[in-house]
Amino acid sequence: MTDAISLAGLVKTYGSTRALDGLDLSVQQGEVHGFLGPNGAGKTTTIRILLGLMRADSGSVQILGQEPWSNAPELHKRLAYVPGDVTLWPNLSGGEAIDLLGRMRGGLDKRRRGELLERFDLDPRKKGRAYSKGNRQKVALVAALAADVDLLIFDEPTSGLDPLMEETFRQVVREERERRGCTVLLSSHILSEVEALCTRVTIIRAGRTVDTGSLAEMRQFGHISISAELSGPPAGLADLSGVHDLSIHDGHLECTVDPGNLDEVLRTLGTIGVRTITSHPPTLEELFLRHYDAGAEPASATGDAVASR
Amino acid sequence: MSGRGTGKLARLVLRRDRIILPIWVLFFSLFPVSLASSIKNLYPTDADRQEYFANNASNAGYRALFGPAYSADLGALVAQRMTDVKVIIALISLLVVIRHTRTEEDARRRELLAATPVGRQAPVNAVLLVTVLANLVLGAVFAAGISGLGLAGGGTLALAFALAMSGILFAAAGALVAQVTSSARTARGIGILFLALCYLIRLVADAGGPDSGLAWLAWLSPFGWLQKVAPYTDDNWALFLLVIALAAAFALGAYTLNGRRDLGAGLLADRLGRAEGSPALGGPLALAWRMHRVALLGWAVAFGVAGAFFGGIADEAGQNAGDNETARDIIARMGGHESLSDSFMVSLTSLVGLVGAGYAVQTVLRMRAEETAGRVEPVLATSVSRLRYAASHLFFTLLGPAVALLLYGVVAGLAYGASTDDVGGELPAVLGGALVQLPAIWLVGAITVLAFGLLPGSPPPAGWPWRSASSSASSVRSST
Repeated sequence: MTDAISLAGLVKTYGSTRALDGLDLSVQQGEVHGFLGPNGAGKTTTIRILLGLMRADSGSVQILGQEPWSNAPELHKRLAYVPGDVTLWPNLSGGEAIDLLGRMRGGLDKRRRGELLERFDLDPRKKGRAYSKGNRQKVALVAALAADVDLLIFDEPTSGLDPLMEETFRQVVREERERRGCTVLLSSHILSEVEALCTRVTIIRAGRTVDTGSLAEMRQFGHISISAELSGPPAGLADLSGVHDLSIHDGHLECTVDPGNLDEVLRTLGTIGVRTITSHPPTLEELFLRHYDAGAEPASATGDAVASR
Repeated sequence: MSGRGTGKLARLVLRRDRIILPIWVLFFSLFPVSLASSIKNLYPTDADRQEYFANNASNAGYRALFGPAYSADLGALVAQRMTDVKVIIALISLLVVIRHTRTEEDARRRELLAATPVGRQAPVNAVLLVTVLANLVLGAVFAAGISGLGLAGGGTLALAFALAMSGILFAAAGALVAQVTSSARTARGIGILFLALCYLIRLVADAGGPDSGLAWLAWLSPFGWLQKVAPYTDDNWALFLLVIALAAAFALGAYTLNGRRDLGAGLLADRLGRAEGSPALGGPLALAWRMHRVALLGWAVAFGVAGAFFGGIADEAGQNAGDNETARDIIARMGGHESLSDSFMVSLTSLVGLVGAGYAVQTVLRMRAEETAGRVEPVLATSVSRLRYAASHLFFTLLGPAVALLLYGVVAGLAYGASTDDVGGELPAVLGGALVQLPAIWLVGAITVLAFGLLPGSPPPAGWPWRSASSSASSVRSST
């Protein structure tokens, strides 16, 4: 299967700031790919380079088989984009903005437009300056989702939407993908949204890719949390390799363990004596927090992750 | 306390304008100083100044552009040359105040500040405080600068204060229009229209000379009042009371409206728009038309009105010009008063061309504003290329001034032709004279585009090319 998006070794500097520092990203045709990272990690810069609005200093960029900077207008007929902070023309109504963007993209499905307006509960007659943040976001979403394109690029598309509308967004994206098999790149901070929609994710930090793979894969390689009530003195636990965040108070133990070292840890616990024990695979939150926290060591668990700094 | 936090917000204004504010204050205090010394150098003796006064300073075109010179005294000639400086200072002060009030509100930054413990009136207080002080500093620097020319101290003070008051008055006007409208763009439009009207009224009043039937019109324009202060000749300090009273009234209006209205609201509410784009709204050019159409209409009407005024008074201005011996001599040699009316038309039309260049710059600034507002990104993310996008705005840089000048030329030609019973001869002449301004206007627009292209990160101060064109044009005028 060919890649819809393929970035390798992307570097972009603004003066002395290195916004992108050798970023890699590959999105397969037909998948919904999550693009995650803390604020300022370089997500929006990456998307602008993908769109051909900015030029990378070095690295290779291929999107739908083309280089975006020199082929932007042609390429844009095949994709639609929703920025995270939509600004509308103050004197154009929402409906006019939707039609304008759609037509400049090469036409939009009128029936679909009407349906989306209804589902997103948006009044298209208001002027651009009169919309709230969430409603501005809906205008851009309707314009993008009513277009017949191969690739949808969303940069925090649901910021400002209420939970009901977030759910509508998820449904519509799923439908679009099933109906037309389009590829979706979704940059988002809302983990439930990522979990609900994405088959694979890429996590970046400080302009580099720190992890990429399917969510199932990532869970497999993340740390397993253990909490237990011990019946004996906790001898030897701290010396075990693969044990992190260890805390023991009054016989209550909390720690996380690398999957490969779980056997050994359980054996040691058996020797000490255990009254109760619970263990669970990493939650998404835990996975992401570990990656986001600049102080923590990036957990380069999967095969194609990039080495830490 | 509704003014609480004024000091802090004033510091914010100073911090945001820390580069541009000193630049404009120094430029518009020192540039007039250099104008003043050039007058002294060009006309070093009393005899020179008498001749200049008789031939030039009192001719109709000059009088219309600058107002009357009240005597052949060096100070009076310097004061006369400050007329258009006053207008530019007024324009800048107006824009600065709108920039720190309604623009802030549009961008929703005011909301962020208003939720902190600052009073409702503090933003207006702060920017008025800064602008008033800036104008007083400007006047003081100017006064210090020309003190070496050996002019009467009282006259210098009056002239410097007149410069400062023109800025202060229009700062107050800016505060008022910023409260009336619900967008900074409209506020700027109304403010500039008011400024243009004040200038135009004074121009019409002065064109015919002190004895013309329209001379009383000068009392309707604050620029007329500042003119009649007549520094170095009469030093009518009392007239400043009129200006101060009007400024106070504007400021009071601004405070009253600002104290009553909701954040973000103006006097006019928004109407609903179309649910669907019309079939014509299908590309960047159609979008640019929506961005530029109101301005185009406004400029076209303003140019048409100016054409009617200028064309209508040119003949009378030419006839009234010969009010002294030397002038009459020259007029006779030049072929009678018709040629004087013609030269009046020419100088006014070159002024119109200068203003048209401002319009060209404005259209380019609009393109820039779209980019900084983040509205270009979604357009360029469609199948519109950068060049096509830029071309959609630049089309109006070419078309807008052309339409406005065409209208000016036709109306002025008809009006001038009607007053001289020679429409067939004057219409093509005046129209041609208007249209030859176009290439220069387009060039100024092109330089602005170039500046944005070269310095995309740090936009040059709005309208630099226009200002430099304006100063070179005035030096051309003074050398002819």
